[in-house]
Amino acid sequence: MEGSNAETELGVSVGSIRITDVTQDGDLLTFAITSQKLNGSAGVCVFRTYDDFDWLQQSLFSQENLPGLQGIIFPPLPSKAFPSQSNTQTKTLKQLGFLALGQDWQSYCKALEFYLQQVAAHPTLCKSKALDSFLVNSESPGKQRGKKGIFNRLSQAVEEMRKESHKDVDNFFQNERNKNTNVASLSKVATEKLLDVVMTEQKLALACGHFSTSLHLCVNQDDADAVAFSKICLKLSDIIEAVKRNFEKVASNNLSTLGLGLDLESRYQEAEKEMLFRRTCKLIELETVKKNTEKAKANKREVMEAFQKAVEKEFNQISSVAKQEIERFHSSRVNVLQNFLIGWCEQQLNTAKEFAELYSQHLEACRNMYLD
Amino acid sequence: MAEDREPPPLPGAAQTDFSEPEGGEDLFVSAVSAMESPEAAHLPAEDISTSSNGPKAEPILLDDDTDDLFAEATEEVSLDSPERQPILSDGPSPAITPVTPTIMINPRVDVFDRSPDEDEEEEENRDTFDIQISVSDPEKVGDGMNAYMVYKVTTKTSLSIFSRDEVSVKRRFSDFLGLHSKLASKYMHIGYIVPPAPEKSIVGMTKVKVGKEDMSSVEFVEKRRSALERYLLRTVKHPALLKDPDVLQFLESSELPRAVSTQALSGAGILRMVNKAADAVNKMTIKMNESDAWFEEKQQQFENLDIQLRKLHASVESLVCHRKELSVNTASFAKSAAMLGNSEDHTALSRALSQLAEVEEKIDQLHQDQAFADFYMFSELLGDYVRLITAVKGVFDQRMKSWAKWQDAQMMLQRKREAEAKLQYANKPDKLQQAKDEIKEWEGKVQQGERDFEQISKNIRREVGRFEKDRVKDFKVVVIKYLESLVHTQQQQIKFWEAFLPEAKAIA
Repeated sequence: MEGSNAETELGVSVGSIRITDVTQDGDLLTFAITSQKLNGSAGVCVFRTYDDFDWLQQSLFSQENLPGLQGIIFPPLPSKAFPSQSNTQTKTLKQLGFLALGQDWQSYCKALEFYLQQVAAHPTLCKSKALDSFLVNSESPGKQRGKKGIFNRLSQAVEEMRKESHKDVDNFFQNERNKNTNVASLSKVATEKLLDVVMTEQKLALACGHFSTSLHLCVNQDDADAVAFSKICLKLSDIIEAVKRNFEKVASNNLSTLGLGLDLESRYQEAEKEMLFRRTCKLIELETVKKNTEKAKANKREVMEAFQKAVEKEFNQISSVAKQEIERFHSSRVNVLQNFLIGWCEQQLNTAKEFAELYSQHLEACRNMYLD
Repeated sequence: MAEDREPPPLPGAAQTDFSEPEGGEDLFVSAVSAMESPEAAHLPAEDISTSSNGPKAEPILLDDDTDDLFAEATEEVSLDSPERQPILSDGPSPAITPVTPTIMINPRVDVFDRSPDEDEEEEENRDTFDIQISVSDPEKVGDGMNAYMVYKVTTKTSLSIFSRDEVSVKRRFSDFLGLHSKLASKYMHIGYIVPPAPEKSIVGMTKVKVGKEDMSSVEFVEKRRSALERYLLRTVKHPALLKDPDVLQFLESSELPRAVSTQALSGAGILRMVNKAADAVNKMTIKMNESDAWFEEKQQQFENLDIQLRKLHASVESLVCHRKELSVNTASFAKSAAMLGNSEDHTALSRALSQLAEVEEKIDQLHQDQAFADFYMFSELLGDYVRLITAVKGVFDQRMKSWAKWQDAQMMLQRKREAEAKLQYANKPDKLQQAKDEIKEWEGKVQQGERDFEQISKNIRREVGRFEKDRVKDFKVVVIKYLESLVHTQQQQIKFWEAFLPEAKAIA
C-alpha cells in the first residue's frame, strides 16, 4: 500500500521496503534494509539491529503535537529474538511462536519487514521523521532511548483488568471492544494450534530420515534372496526419503504463509486491543473528572470545568481517530489475510502436485520391477 | 511337549491310518469334477480329528517309504485332474508365483527325493494359491470381565480338501492360540516354521471388556482382527499346514472344543517354551559338530536379520506415534480455525476460514482412513517378521536338540555294547540276552536319531528357502500398497486444495 498523503515526508516507496539480509554475531542480529527512493531510481540500503527497531517504535509512541495519537493502532513490533539460544527452546517459541521457526530467521525478517511496510503505509505515522531517519540514514539512530512512550502495555494488574471491562458510552466502541476481545483470543489460539501442527510435521520429517537411514543399512549380499531383499530396502529408503521431503515442504509452506499470516493477525488484534484500552482509560479519566467537577466547590469550579473541557476534547479526538483506524484496520486485515490464504493454498497445491508426480513415478517403477 | 515325543512309529504302522482318507480322497478327486463331494468332505473333518494331536500325523509328511506306495495313486490322479500335471514336470519354474498348497500329501513325499531347490520350483509352478481367508465382524460376547470378542472367519476356496466353497465360522482369540499350539507341537520339532499367533494383550482386552468405546479400543480390535487374518493366511500358505486336520477343523467346523490353558499356549507362552528349550540346549554346551556350513551361515544371517528388523520396527513405531500426534494436532487446529470463522464479521472471510477448517479436517480424516496404508502397515509387517524370525530360530534349535538326541543314543548304544561285552565273561545268560536286546533297541534308536536329524535338516533347508522367498514377496507387496496409498492421498489433497483456492480468491 502506498502512502495516501502526497505531502509525506517519507522519501521511499512503501512497497519497496525489504529486509534483504540478516547476519548473526552471537546474540546480535543485524538486518540489511533496502528501499527505493521515490524520486529517481536510486536505492538505499541501511543496517539496523533490533534495538534500532525498538527506538523507532518508541519514537512513534512519543510523537508530540499529534491530536488523538492514542487512538492510533500502532503496527505491532515482534519481540526481540535471542539467537544464541536454540530455536526450539520453549522460551523462544513461547515468545516468538512462528517467527522462531524457519531457516535463517526468514520468518522473523518477514515479520519485521511487514512492520516497516505497515508503518510506512500509515497515513499519519509515515510522516514521522524517525521513520525516515530509520530507513535512510546510513548511521543507525544509536542507542538513544528517547522519551519512553506511555503506551507500552504493562503486565496486567488487577486494576487494569477492571478498566478493560469498563462499560463504554458509545455502542460502536462497545461492540468493537467485545469483538476484538473475542477475535484476539481465538486467533491467538489458532496460531498456537497451527504451530503445534508444524512442529509435529517437522518431527515426522526427522523420524522419516532415521527410518530411511536404517533401511539404507540393511544391505546383505549373502544370497539371491538376501540381495532381492536388500534391493527392496534400498527402494523403500528412497521412498521414505521422499516422504521426509514432503513433510518438510508442507511444514515450511504452513510456516511461511498461513503461520505468518495468523501470527500477524494475532499481534494486530493485540495492537487494536491496546488502542481501545487507551481510549477506555481516557474515558474513565473523563468520567472521574466530571464527577469531581460536579462535586467541586464554586471557587474551583471554573478551573475544573476548563480542565474537563480539555480532557473531553482529547477524548473526542482519540475517539475520532480511533474510528478511522478501526475502519482502516478492518478493510486492510481482510486483504492481508486473503493474500496469506491464497499463498498458502497455492503453495500446498503445488507441493501436493509435485509429490503426487514423484510417488506415481516410484509406484510405476516398483510395479514394473516387482510384478513381472 | 516336543521334547518327550517318541520317534514316529514305523512306516508300516502308519499307513493303515491314513491310506483310507488320503487314498479315498484321491479317488474322489479324480471322479468328481465339481470340487464338492459329501463323502470326501466328511473324512478330513471327522476321522482325523481324534488323531489330530497324535504323532500319527507326522509320518505322512516325513516318511520316504510311503512314496512308493502312493506313487501309483499320484499318477492316477494326475492324469485326471489338471492341477496335478505340473508336479510331474521337470525343470525350473520360470517365474515366482505364490506357493500352491497340494491337496495330496503324497506328491510332496515323492518330491523329498529331490533337492530343496527343485522342491521350491515345483511348488511355485502350481496353480495360483486358491484360498481366501478373511477375519471380520468382531462381536463382543458377554459382559464385564468374562466378556470376549468373537470373530467371523470366512474361507473361500476351490480346493477339494475343504468340504464347501465357502464356509464361515465364529472363533475367539483363544481358539487361534489353541490352533497355533497344536501346530507348533506337531511340526516345530521336525523343522517346520510354524507362523506365530498374535500376542495376547491384557491391557488392550481389558479396555474392550470394560466396554470403553473409544478410539484406542476400536483400534485395538481392528489391529487384532488384521493380525489374526494375517496369521491364518500365513498358516495356510504353508503347504503342510494347510492340509493339517486341525487347521481344516478350525476353518470349517461350527463347533470347536475350547482351547484350555491358553495362557501357557499363547504366542508368548510358546516362545517362552522354545526359548527355554534353546537355553537348555545351550547350557548343555553342545558343541555340535556342524558338518554343514550352510546351517552355521544361515543362523548367523538370521541373527543379523533379527537385529536389523528390530531396529526398523523401532523406527517405524516412532513414526506411527508422531503420525497420531499430527492427527490430533490437525484436528485441534481445524476446530480453532472453525471458531475463528464463526466469529468473523466479514462474510467472505468467514466462509473462507470455515472452508480452511474443513480442508484441514478432510486431510486429517484422509490420513486416518488410510491408517493401514500408512507407517502402520510397515509396523505390523515388521512386527510379524520379528516374531517369525523367533520361530525360525526355534526351529534351528530343534535341529540342535535332534542332533543331541542322536548323539545321546549313540553314547547309550556304546555303553550297552560295553555292558554286553562285560557280560560275555560273566556267564549270566539271562542278563546277556537282555543286553543283546537292549543293544538292538538302541541301534534302532541311533538309526532313527540319524534319520530324524537328517530329516529335520532337510526340512529346515526347504523351509528357510520358502521363508526367504515369502519375505521378499511380502515386503514387495507392502511397498506397493504403501506407494498406492501415498499416490491416492496426494491426489485427494490436490482435490481439496483446488476446491479451496477459489474460496480464498473470492474473499475480496
